[in-house]
Amino acid sequence: MLQDILVTGLVSGSTYALLAIGFSLIFGVARIVNVAHTAFYMLAAYGLYALLVQGGLGVLLSGALAVVSVTLLSVICYRLVIEPVRQHEAAVLIATIALALIFQETVLRIFGGSYLGVPSAIDGVAHLFGVAIPKQRLLILIVAGAMLAGTWVLLYRTRFGLAVRATANDLEVANLMGMNVNRVAMATVGISVALAAVAGVSVAPVFVVDPFMWLAPLVTVLATVVLGGLGSIQGSVIGAMVIGYVEAVTVFALPQGAFLKGAVALSMMVIVLLVRPEGLFGVAFEEER
Amino acid sequence: MSPAFLARRAWAQFRGEVLVLPSRTLAAAWVAAVLLLPLVLPDPYVLRVAAMTCIFAAFAASWDLLAGYTGQVNFGHALFFGTGAYSSALLSLRLGFSSWIAVSVGGLISTAVGLGVGYLCLRLRGSYLSFATLAFPLILIGILFAFPDFSGGELGLSGLQPLAASRIGNYYVAAGAMLILVFGLWAFADSRFGLILHAIRDDELAARASGIDTARYKMAVFGISAAVAGVAGALYAHFMRGAGPSTLETALSFQAVIWGVFGGLATIYGPVTAVFMLYPLTEWLGSFSTFGELRLLIFAIVVLLVLLFMPRGLTPWVRDRMETRCPRCKQQNPAWRKACRLCAAPLRLSGAAVT
Repeated sequence: MLQDILVTGLVSGSTYALLAIGFSLIFGVARIVNVAHTAFYMLAAYGLYALLVQGGLGVLLSGALAVVSVTLLSVICYRLVIEPVRQHEAAVLIATIALALIFQETVLRIFGGSYLGVPSAIDGVAHLFGVAIPKQRLLILIVAGAMLAGTWVLLYRTRFGLAVRATANDLEVANLMGMNVNRVAMATVGISVALAAVAGVSVAPVFVVDPFMWLAPLVTVLATVVLGGLGSIQGSVIGAMVIGYVEAVTVFALPQGAFLKGAVALSMMVIVLLVRPEGLFGVAFEEER
Repeated sequence: MSPAFLARRAWAQFRGEVLVLPSRTLAAAWVAAVLLLPLVLPDPYVLRVAAMTCIFAAFAASWDLLAGYTGQVNFGHALFFGTGAYSSALLSLRLGFSSWIAVSVGGLISTAVGLGVGYLCLRLRGSYLSFATLAFPLILIGILFAFPDFSGGELGLSGLQPLAASRIGNYYVAAGAMLILVFGLWAFADSRFGLILHAIRDDELAARASGIDTARYKMAVFGISAAVAGVAGALYAHFMRGAGPSTLETALSFQAVIWGVFGGLATIYGPVTAVFMLYPLTEWLGSFSTFGELRLLIFAIVVLLVLLFMPRGLTPWVRDRMETRCPRCKQQNPAWRKACRLCAAPLRLSGAAVT
C-alpha cells in the first residue's frame, strides 16, 4: 500500500504541477482566471485519441500534433475572444467559462459521452528501488520533469522569461520599459496551454478520456494554485505534490476514500488558507487600487 | 377619502414615479407578466419552466449582491442553494417537518452556513477568495456521498410534498417568493447599506479608514445572500420534490456567474433579466429534437457573442441606450428628453450653447 501511495501521489502530483504552473503563469502575466485551462487539457487528450486510435498515426507524432494544434487553438481563442474584452475582468471570466462549455459540448457532439481508452505508449513494469511502477506512469514522471525543467529555464534563463516575469511583476512598468505586453501575454497563453496539453496527452493512456474530464482537475488546480500561492512557480509545484499525496493517502487509507478524496484535498487547502491566507509560498500582492 | 380618490392618487403616483422612465416601465410590465402568466398560458410545461426561472432568478440575484455589490466573487454559490435544498428535504423526510417550516428552517441553516463561509473568507480577497469558495460545495458533495444512507448518495432524496396543491398554486409560490426576494434585495442594495457595499468593493482600505467595520458588513452580506439562495434552493427542492447532488455542482455555481455577468454586475435586475432570457431559451432549445443536444453549445455561443459587444453586460448596455443621466442632479431621464425631468437642466449640449 505504501508503494501505491508513493507512486500514485508522485504521478498525480506531477500532472497537477504541469497544469497548475500554466494556470499560475496566465494569471500572473495577464491577470486572466482561465477556467478553460483544463478544457485544453481535455482537448489534447481527445486530440491524441483521434490521431492515435482513429487516425492510426504513431504515438510520438500524434502526441506532438495534438499539443501543437491545441496550442494554436488557444492562441486563436485568445485573439478572438479574450483580447477584445481584456479591460473587463468579469467578462473575461465568463468568456473562459463559455469557452470551456463550448469545448465540452463540441467534444460531446463529435466523440459522444462514453468513456474512451487510449492505449499506453509503452507497456510493462519498471522496478525502481524495489517499487514496481508501470512504465507509462514512469513516462508521465519523466515528461513532467522535463517540462518543468524546460519552463524553469525559459522563465529564469532567457530574455523572454525576463519579460514574462517583469510583466507579471508590474504590467505598466514593463510596458513603459518597451516590452510588448500584449505579445508577452499571448505567448504566455500559448506556453501555459502547451503545458496543459502535454499533461493531457501524457495522462490520457492512464485515465479514461471523457468530455467532463476537465472539471475535477480544474478544481484541483485552483486548490493547488491557492495552496502554493498565486504567481509562485515553486509554490505551484509543491502545492501540487501536497495535493497529489493527500489524495493518494485518502484513496488508499480511508474507507469510502474515493468519494472523499476531493473533499479531503480541498479541506486541506481551506485549512492552509486560514493559517496563511496568501498560500504557502505566495507573494502577498500589494492591493491594487 | 373615497376609494375613487385613492385610486386616482395611486394612478398619479404610478404615472409620476414608474411610467416616466422606460426602465421602470419595463420592470412594471415584467411584474405584471410574471403575475398574469398562468391566466394567459396555463400550459403545464410553460408553468414548470417559468417556476424554475423564478427560482433561479432569486438565486442569481443573491449572487449579485455578494459578487457584484461587495466584490466577493463567489465561485461556489451553489453551496447555499444545495444547503437549502438538502436541509429542507432532510427536515421534511427524516424529521417530518411540514413543507413551509422546512423551507424556512432550510433558509436559516443556509444563512448559518453563509455566515460560516463568510467568516472563513474574511482573510481572503480577490482571486484567492474565488478559488477557495469553489471548494466548499465540493467538500459538501464528498461528505454527502460518503454517507449514502443518510443523504441518498448520487441519486439524492426524493418524495417531498409540494408547497401548494395545484400546479398554478405551485407557480404562484415560486413567483411570489421570487418577487419578494428580488425586490427585497433591490431595495436593500439601494439603501445606505448597499452604498457601503459599493465602497467595500471599490476600496476596502478606504472604507475601513472611513470607520466602516468592513468585516462585519462582509459577514452580513454573506449571511443575507446565503439566506436568499438557501430559500431558493429549498423552494427548488419542494418544487422538484427532491434534492440531488446537481444542486451543489460546480456547473450550477458557474451558471450563477454567467447569469450575473451576462445581465450586468451590481444591478440585481441584471441577473434576473439574464435568467429570464437564458433559462427559457435553453429549455426551449431543448424541446427541439435536433437542437436539443446542442442547447448548451448554443447557450455558450450566445453568451460569448453578447459579451463581445456588451462587455459590461446586457442591462447596462440597454439602459444606456434608453436613458441618460442628468449632469446636474444625477437623476435618470428618458433618452429622448431634451431637459431633465426634475431640474430642467439641458441634457444635451446643443452646438450653439457651447461657446
